[in-house]
Amino acid sequence: MFSENKISVSRMIIHGRRESRTLEAKSWQRGTSDSFTEYLAPAREKGTKMLKLGGQLWTYSPSTDRTIMISGHMLRQSVMGSDLSYEDMMEDPHLPNLYSANVSSEETLNGRDCWILDLTAKKEDIAYHSRKVWVDKSRYVILKENLYAKTGKLLKTLEVREVMRVQNRWAAKSALYKDVLKQGEGTEFFVDSIAFDTNIPDHLLSKAALRR
Amino acid sequence: MIQFLLKGLLRDHSRSLFPLLIVATGAMLTVFLHAYMNGFITITIQSTAHYTTGHVRVMTDAYAKEAGQVPNDLALLRIDTLLGELRQRFPDILWTPRIKFGGLLDIPDEQGETRAQAPVFGMALRLLSSDSPESRILNIQNSVVKGRLPQKRGEILIADDLAEKLAVRAGETGTLISSTMNGSMAVVNFTIAGTVRFGIAAMDRGTVIADLADIQQTLDMEQGAGEILGFFQDDLYHEDRANMVTSEFNFRYNNPRDEFSPIMGTLRTQSGLADYLDLVDAYSSIIIGIFVIAMSIVLWNTGLTGSLRRYGEIGVRLAIGEDKGHVYRSMMAESLMIGFAGSFLGTAIGLAIAYYLQVHGIDFGSMLRGSTMMMSNVIRAQITPFSFVIGFVPGMLATFLGTAISGIGIYRRQTSQLFKELEA
Repeated sequence: MFSENKISVSRMIIHGRRESRTLEAKSWQRGTSDSFTEYLAPAREKGTKMLKLGGQLWTYSPSTDRTIMISGHMLRQSVMGSDLSYEDMMEDPHLPNLYSANVSSEETLNGRDCWILDLTAKKEDIAYHSRKVWVDKSRYVILKENLYAKTGKLLKTLEVREVMRVQNRWAAKSALYKDVLKQGEGTEFFVDSIAFDTNIPDHLLSKAALRR
Repeated sequence: MIQFLLKGLLRDHSRSLFPLLIVATGAMLTVFLHAYMNGFITITIQSTAHYTTGHVRVMTDAYAKEAGQVPNDLALLRIDTLLGELRQRFPDILWTPRIKFGGLLDIPDEQGETRAQAPVFGMALRLLSSDSPESRILNIQNSVVKGRLPQKRGEILIADDLAEKLAVRAGETGTLISSTMNGSMAVVNFTIAGTVRFGIAAMDRGTVIADLADIQQTLDMEQGAGEILGFFQDDLYHEDRANMVTSEFNFRYNNPRDEFSPIMGTLRTQSGLADYLDLVDAYSSIIIGIFVIAMSIVLWNTGLTGSLRRYGEIGVRLAIGEDKGHVYRSMMAESLMIGFAGSFLGTAIGLAIAYYLQVHGIDFGSMLRGSTMMMSNVIRAQITPFSFVIGFVPGMLATFLGTAISGIGIYRRQTSQLFKELEA
């Protein structure tokens, strides 16, 4: 189901304890390991860029003209105040690389027949030791996900609210991501446009592109 | 009578010297310990007030519940209005807003790449306002080790130890990486104006001091502050007034149904200091109590030894017709004289040592290296009017009790046996 490359424009509505904020970003993704994101709005975040190359992540701040490598404990910080952490961003989206899976049961979710998969981490140094994933049987798209710590404590939830068909693939169009340890109503994601198998020039996925 | 007893004590050193030394030692230790513990408590209260809680502190209800985590997303907003009202309602208190924040200080190389980086704890305060009391409260001017105080926006002070660790000098640029109150990444360049050392291990490890307006802008907290601290004009904590101000403020401003309504707390009720101060008070009383008891036992023993040594003298005095009560009373009077002289001497020596430690203090810096407590590395004694009298209580009481108990033996002497005992 993974395309080699994809370009998307998305919105993220972060529901905080006090107010909600909307961020817009454009992302270029090459395979499962490299990506480049540029924030388009709001004004305060406009021009902020993020580059992920394999296991490394950099962020560029236009106001200081500084490129900062995000590592160590900073990876656990929230991305732009959302319920998503940098560690989540760094995760290999191809789950079979990280988890062993077995179908534990079946369920109908929002009128769609789903398999419920129990995923257990193959290695120790991983953000979520286990996951429970609801996968649409006919569209092969994830509709719901619960992410757990090693102790079995629920850490985050993902709820896909709408899917769309693009270039003969099903992809999430809107979803709610919730860090259950945080107060607030979670972070909503909306994919405004997405294009698969597009050509992404090499110079875009480089550190030099951050300051351009 | 008193003159007679005094002459006896002065001429017979074996009667007075040892008890006098013991009383003096006890009184000295009591005075010194009291002054030192007093200094310790005062420094703890002052450091906590200056760096953490103020004498009173205003936060939002939600911030107060998680204050240890510095949740700036729950900070007070529109603080100028609140500050104006606080200054109008409680003019006897100095009100000053602060923002605490965490983050990384990143030092770039010539290409703008990271040369060195360290986690920092930041404190934003009104550094550039001429009417701000902060410089005096935190003694910032005297804490500058290298460079100078910030004179314009965009300048910060960093801990001297941190500057050495990052190999950065005054005048260089450092990039502060933190989180805005909305959780976005905040990346801002600052010029390091100077380095500071406060003499508090927790502050000297990795502190950044910045101007409030700079951090409000950096953390997207326009007109916001994590907390507003209140300090009494004389810099002393007045519990009754603090409680009164707190009750009045909370009655007027706090709304239990609004987690962002402001709430005020006193120094004593915050940071678990109440239990700590009660504990120190209790220990202080216990230590002084133990001294009184221990000295009484020692002096009782001294009294017994003295009575045994003066067994013959007392026997002769009783044999020639001196009343037992008179002998007992004269010994009690002697003990009071020794107690007074010993207490006086001990208090003088104790005060001298305490004064030395009030000026110089003892530096516990090496022991507090990993400490997170806002406590000065140098603990000094503090002499108060009470220090002048506290040594007299154990000094007089111990000699008096010691002699009173050991002197009971006088009443057990049988007149019929006296000559037999004296012949032996």
